Amino acid sequence: MSTTYDPYAGSRQTTEGRVYTVTGGDWDQTLGVDLSGEERLVVNMGPQHPSTHGVLRLVLDLEGETVTKARVVIGYLHTGIEKNVEYRNWVQGTTFVTRMDYLAPLYNEAAYCMAVEKLLGIEVPQRAQTIRVLVMEINRIASHLVGLATGGMELGALTGMTNGFRERELCLDLLEEITGLRMNHAYIRPGGVAQDLPPGAEESIREWLAVMPERLTGYHRLLTGQPIWQRRLKDVGYLDLTGCVALGVTGPPLRATGLAWDLRKVEPYLGYETYDFEVATADTSDAWGRFLVRMAEMFESLKIVAQALDRLEPGPVMVEDRKIAWPAQLSLGADGMGNSLEHVRHIMGTSMEALIHHFKLVTEGFRVPAGQVYVPVESPRGELGYHVVSDGGTRPFRVHVRDPSFVNLQATAAMSEGGMIADVIAAIASIDPVMGGVDR
Amino acid sequence: MTGPGDRSGADASRGAAAPSGGFRKGAFGVAGSGDTSGFGGLVRVEPGGAVALHSTDRPYGGWFDEVTDALVEAVGEATYAAAVRRVLVDRGEITYFVAREHLLTVVQALRDDDALRFELCSSVSGVDYEDSGGPETTPGRPRLHVVYHLTSMTYRRRIRLEVAVTAEDPHVPSVSGIYPTADWHERETYDMFGVVFDGHPALTRILMPDDWDGHPQRKDYPLGGVPVEYHDATIPPPDTRRAYR
Repeated sequence: MSTTYDPYAGSRQTTEGRVYTVTGGDWDQTLGVDLSGEERLVVNMGPQHPSTHGVLRLVLDLEGETVTKARVVIGYLHTGIEKNVEYRNWVQGTTFVTRMDYLAPLYNEAAYCMAVEKLLGIEVPQRAQTIRVLVMEINRIASHLVGLATGGMELGALTGMTNGFRERELCLDLLEEITGLRMNHAYIRPGGVAQDLPPGAEESIREWLAVMPERLTGYHRLLTGQPIWQRRLKDVGYLDLTGCVALGVTGPPLRATGLAWDLRKVEPYLGYETYDFEVATADTSDAWGRFLVRMAEMFESLKIVAQALDRLEPGPVMVEDRKIAWPAQLSLGADGMGNSLEHVRHIMGTSMEALIHHFKLVTEGFRVPAGQVYVPVESPRGELGYHVVSDGGTRPFRVHVRDPSFVNLQATAAMSEGGMIADVIAAIASIDPVMGGVDR
Repeated sequence: MTGPGDRSGADASRGAAAPSGGFRKGAFGVAGSGDTSGFGGLVRVEPGGAVALHSTDRPYGGWFDEVTDALVEAVGEATYAAAVRRVLVDRGEITYFVAREHLLTVVQALRDDDALRFELCSSVSGVDYEDSGGPETTPGRPRLHVVYHLTSMTYRRRIRLEVAVTAEDPHVPSVSGIYPTADWHERETYDMFGVVFDGHPALTRILMPDDWDGHPQRKDYPLGGVPVEYHDATIPPPDTRRAYR
């Protein structure tokens, strides 16, 4: 028997036979026991595990190293964002939804704001739409790079990780320059975007556009031709078109089956129908195909960013309607970014009505006509849909997020049962779930 | 639109603090004051007014009629009349309010019929219309709504189905047999709203811990306050804090 007592290890009799709990370091308790009956090994992976792509818990039934059953347990990152938003006004909602899928924050903001705008029945100025496309596509590259980097790390390709995060920093530097924050920007607001592009941002984006193709090609040199990388991904996590549609899987896993289903093309929004880009597909239906799709999508996003930059024309970035547009603007002062002194002078010194207006809109917010809408956008992970219900008040009555990670993660069992335990990691990495979006 | 100096508009709304007909005037909830902001002229719907109490008349416009005709043909006129209680076209989206007894028939037809082909179930979620105004404001009113968003990848169309049940009898047939993707969506809706999906393979909590009490996204779920170490003060729960209504 073991010399130390482990309260978590031991054995107990159940209706299905004797069950031994093994936590490691206590093998002498189970060695030599009678295993003449049916042997079933259940392994718990996560939620704190470096290879489960976040706080994801997997319960795997094993037969040798073959997975016979994979169960996914989620909810470890549930923060009740959907409920929280019901107690904030419509503009504040942006700061909450941006924290759901934290690797694609701008997609959350854009989809939420487009839903609010659809409820309000307002049209966003052209420049704001172009800026939204611009920052979203930069965000898509950053998100795919993290997917590649963490996926690489989980499969042991550590150079993929360090390089992926290196290039992602370039994207985040740009987003920081434009929005003020690396992540959780709250940059896209109902009615437009919070601020216009700062001076110098266009040059920075052009410099980035000049650097990125070479950097992204580096991943083809580093990973695509590499035999180990290929063998870890090819024929792993197979899920064909029928399986994808039945399980609601969208995004790169769906496009890796050969179906060019991209909401930017099939249900264009923000003027995506006017941009020239291809929908990347693969026909392998496996983790390898998903890798290729993500690689190709990053190059397509670069094309879109370049086009968006070229068509930027001076103009407002927020709706003209002063009953919706945020009254205050930030401006760059001697001590950094802060409240616009001009605006403060206006409301404090010259116009009582402007002060009342500012106060009302900031503390109370605007009202949104009653009704409900569903607005989907193509996030890096698939269809991100916002179902927003208004009762006519200053706060959302209900915001439900159809997060692509949440739905795609359901395919884990279909992708990994019958395969090797090591391939479970590759399969989940190829879904690229973000637990902040899964659990919300 | 009542302008800042339009006295007649302000006089008309004076004394009309009590809402009538589910509508109230004034963007900031202001009635009868010397509101100079110009926001007083907006008409807003009372809480719960989001529940459609009326039906849109035919023709619905666009492809909405095509889909509706195909659905009538697929399930039969009698079943359609019994199944679809109301149809609402709003903001370019169509919503069918379906009786739960016929939900599976309707959903099966929507997925399989050649003229409909809603292959993808994008989302299933709930909405709690606890404060619902209107004729259904009676005990045992169907306050819990289950909302289905279906997508036709063939025709590139989206529709919404809505099923309303009472909190006392929150049973809805599970569509997970027709759309396997509804599995987790229905578990989440059960977890958050307490809607029981009959026929679901394993209806357990998914986001909250297994031993959690109550269903957090119901509107009457107690939110709790934050105790403060000062003269027994507490920060009140968000729904009882002073707020603009």
